Amino acid sequence: MDILSLFVVVPVLTILVLVFTKGLKQARIVSMVGSTIQLGMAINLVFAYFKERAINKEIMVFTKDYVWFEHFNIHYALGVDGISVALLLLTAIVVLAGVFISWKTADLPKEFFISLLVLATGVYGFFISIDLFTMFVFYEIAVIPMYLLIGIWGSGPKEYSAMKLTLMLMGASAVLLVGILGIYFNSNADGGALTFNILEIAQVNIPFEAQKLFFPLTFIGFAVLGALFPFHTWSPDGHASAPTAVSMLHAGVLMKLGGYGVFRVAMFLLPAGALHWDWFFIILAATGVIYGAFGALKQTDLKYINAYSSVSHLGMVLFALLMLNKTAWNGALMQSLSHGFMTALFFALIGMIYGRTHTRDITKLGGLLKVIPFISVIYVIAGLASLGLPGFSGFVAEMNIFVGAFQNEGMFYRVATIVSVSAIVVTAVYILRVVGIMLMGQVKNKEYLELQDATWYETTGILLLLIPIVGMGVAPLWLSDMLLESIQPFIKGVL
Amino acid sequence: MNFSNFLLMRHEILLLAITLLLLVGEIFIRKSKKSSLVHLAIFLFGIHTAVGFFQIEESSIFGGSFQTNNLIHFFKNVLNIGVLILLLQSADWIQEKIVNQDRGTEFFILLFTSLLGMYFMISSGDFLMFYIGLELSTLPIAALAAFETTKRISSESGIKLILSAALASGVSLFGISLLYATSGSIFFNDIIEVIASTNLTILGFILFFAGLSFKISLVPFHFWTADVYEGAPISVASYLSVISKGAAVFILMILMFTIFKPLIHVWENVVYVIALATMFIGNLFALRQQNMKRFLAFSSIAQAGFILLGLITGTQLGTATIVYFVMIYIFSNLAAFGVVQAISLKTGKENMDDYNGLYRTNPGLSLIMMLALFSLAGIPPVAGFFGKFFLFTAAASKGYYLLVFLAVVNVTISLYYYLLVIRAMFIRKNDDPIPFFKNKLYMRMGLIITVVGILVLGLYSPLYDYIYELSGIYN
Repeated sequence: MDILSLFVVVPVLTILVLVFTKGLKQARIVSMVGSTIQLGMAINLVFAYFKERAINKEIMVFTKDYVWFEHFNIHYALGVDGISVALLLLTAIVVLAGVFISWKTADLPKEFFISLLVLATGVYGFFISIDLFTMFVFYEIAVIPMYLLIGIWGSGPKEYSAMKLTLMLMGASAVLLVGILGIYFNSNADGGALTFNILEIAQVNIPFEAQKLFFPLTFIGFAVLGALFPFHTWSPDGHASAPTAVSMLHAGVLMKLGGYGVFRVAMFLLPAGALHWDWFFIILAATGVIYGAFGALKQTDLKYINAYSSVSHLGMVLFALLMLNKTAWNGALMQSLSHGFMTALFFALIGMIYGRTHTRDITKLGGLLKVIPFISVIYVIAGLASLGLPGFSGFVAEMNIFVGAFQNEGMFYRVATIVSVSAIVVTAVYILRVVGIMLMGQVKNKEYLELQDATWYETTGILLLLIPIVGMGVAPLWLSDMLLESIQPFIKGVL
Repeated sequence: MNFSNFLLMRHEILLLAITLLLLVGEIFIRKSKKSSLVHLAIFLFGIHTAVGFFQIEESSIFGGSFQTNNLIHFFKNVLNIGVLILLLQSADWIQEKIVNQDRGTEFFILLFTSLLGMYFMISSGDFLMFYIGLELSTLPIAALAAFETTKRISSESGIKLILSAALASGVSLFGISLLYATSGSIFFNDIIEVIASTNLTILGFILFFAGLSFKISLVPFHFWTADVYEGAPISVASYLSVISKGAAVFILMILMFTIFKPLIHVWENVVYVIALATMFIGNLFALRQQNMKRFLAFSSIAQAGFILLGLITGTQLGTATIVYFVMIYIFSNLAAFGVVQAISLKTGKENMDDYNGLYRTNPGLSLIMMLALFSLAGIPPVAGFFGKFFLFTAAASKGYYLLVFLAVVNVTISLYYYLLVIRAMFIRKNDDPIPFFKNKLYMRMGLIITVVGILVLGLYSPLYDYIYELSGIYN
């Protein structure tokens, strides 16, 4: 069994074992063991990747190719590069953290963990595939469990949020389908055979008219998942109604599929289309950055604040991707990773606070630093990372994004960059506002004096997420080099 | 014409023999052991299905009236499997309700005779055989729709079906007669040679197409569908939605890709508009349905709209994707109808609200329903996704990107109403949920076969490759 297929096989095996478990205790132990094994595999992959890179200069390594539907030239084709490896590691960490945070799921625990792992399988499969059809299959497998996860285990207007999220995301993937078919039927433009393989299609000069038509479809298809304004409306309600681990996985990992898809498919395969349409989507992305930041400023519900914050940060990812240069792309990918850890950490902390105080309304909370110091301090750290304090991952990412974006000459790009940079200030405001109101000051409710600080499983989840944030902030170069090396062939394609 | 030629009609002869055996056999079954009639019927039909898999050669008899080739043979086998699953699912209902009234044999005879008509319809080599098959398949179904004589709604559905079917057949026949007028022959092979795009031919085609579209429930010939499905017994509704529709789609596809191929510039646009209308109307009406049978009726109408995306191509890819999709659709829809039937038989409840909280009491049935609905909606990794994806690929291969875009919009709309059922079963709570019940052996077998089909047929790619090879016949 090759090293990459294991990423799909191990979660599926975990699910099969889960089917036979009875009760919460068995379910969570099995899920934890399975997720730990996956984390081990992801870390192993990083080292194996570096070893392989030293000798293999292909764009994708560890490639495997099995013919699936011969007449359509659909293959079960796998391959990774530095970017995929980094994102696989992100997924493994967030999934394991999510399992720990869900340690006390009471209602239908077996089904919860199974749905969570189906989502994880879809995400892993998406990152390792290099055939458009296979990518699409895994993409939809990753999205569909969200309906049950939010609908059964969520809170608040969960039915409404679940339905809105599922329909908007599946609608986007439907639009993506048209884009993929358009790419497929133009993949023989140089006289070869029709193919779904990304690497082969990248060699073909798809005619400009086709690129112009299919780039928006493909971009929107992926970018809706990356919270592109104005298709981001599924995100605040979806995240707020979802249970903690689901929000962590969704905002932390699933939404990264959007940015990755934009990069891997829309821009790699349709570069002329990207150059033609970039101004339009830059406007939307920049609007999303500002809109998300101001939206977070107004909210009083912790989860909504974090959801709008995610819209803003992911808007930055799309913004940077659209700048079409090396530094900006490096920044976009680092932002994807950094934001993944950060938002997962935020949602985990919010879940812990909610579990103790039974409210997410910051006006009702206060003085938590005195009562639950560990959770509060970690919240402050996460907040500082989110607003881009040097020493944490957020700074490295955002600096790369804005330096790269500003490199583009032309009044339009520079103005857009300045507009987006101003969101940093708004971010600082809404983060510090929450820290001030919720963590500092007087304890508002006498009952809170009795609250317990983090349990062992919560601490483990927190640390799993905190270490990469600090690590990326303090020692980013190994990661940055790995990403830059893999961005290089893609840049050549665009230019 | 010698004996070996008759063996080309193996399916038909065997089915006729089974029907007659059942007719006569009832006399020999003792009063006390009446249920053995059902066992006998399922056993005989199982043998018939198994024997059907032996290879057949490509030839024609009766002077070209009856023709077989590998694709037609494959499709007959698919229909057989569908009817077998249907029998397994209906066995408990027949035993409890029908055999008691001494009407068991009638049910089987009518069902098998209708299937026999379909065999003749899809193996036809001229319009006379086609029409005989069409009528032979329709009339028994109308009787079956009215089978529950104690319920008014059943008689209503029977009347609606027979009157509209008679009108549709008449219109079709008129179209056929015009085609005969312009081409001078009723044999398909002769018509192919002389057909030209004259006004009278096009008129004949339109009338013929309209009559056949009735059977497929295309808009605007779909008005009978919801009422008939709601009134008829669930087995009959399943049969109509899956077998009857599948056979009609198949023969329509064959005729349009062979004798009407020269008229493609005429019917391309017709199919385009009807595809859009069918998908949208089917989906929009399904949104509001509360009765599970009407719900599945409108869902079937929308699925037929998707099939037209393959029909618009006129190529080998179109043929292959249509046959593949119909095969998967048979399994998905029978799974959904099977669950509805199991619940209806046990509790008499057919409303979506009664399904609230079903997962907590009957997890197995809920999961089967979820798989069936995901397959109908086109969610990977179940088979329905592959069927839909390949249909869209076929349409895109001819450049119909706007049509594919509107089709995927419809997929999203359809996902909404399929999720409504899942919401009821998994998310909603119920103070008085349907209590846990165990299904008997036949129903369980019927459901398990459909689940295996849904899970395997999509992922197992050699099957699609095989169908694609067979589809080369018509190009």
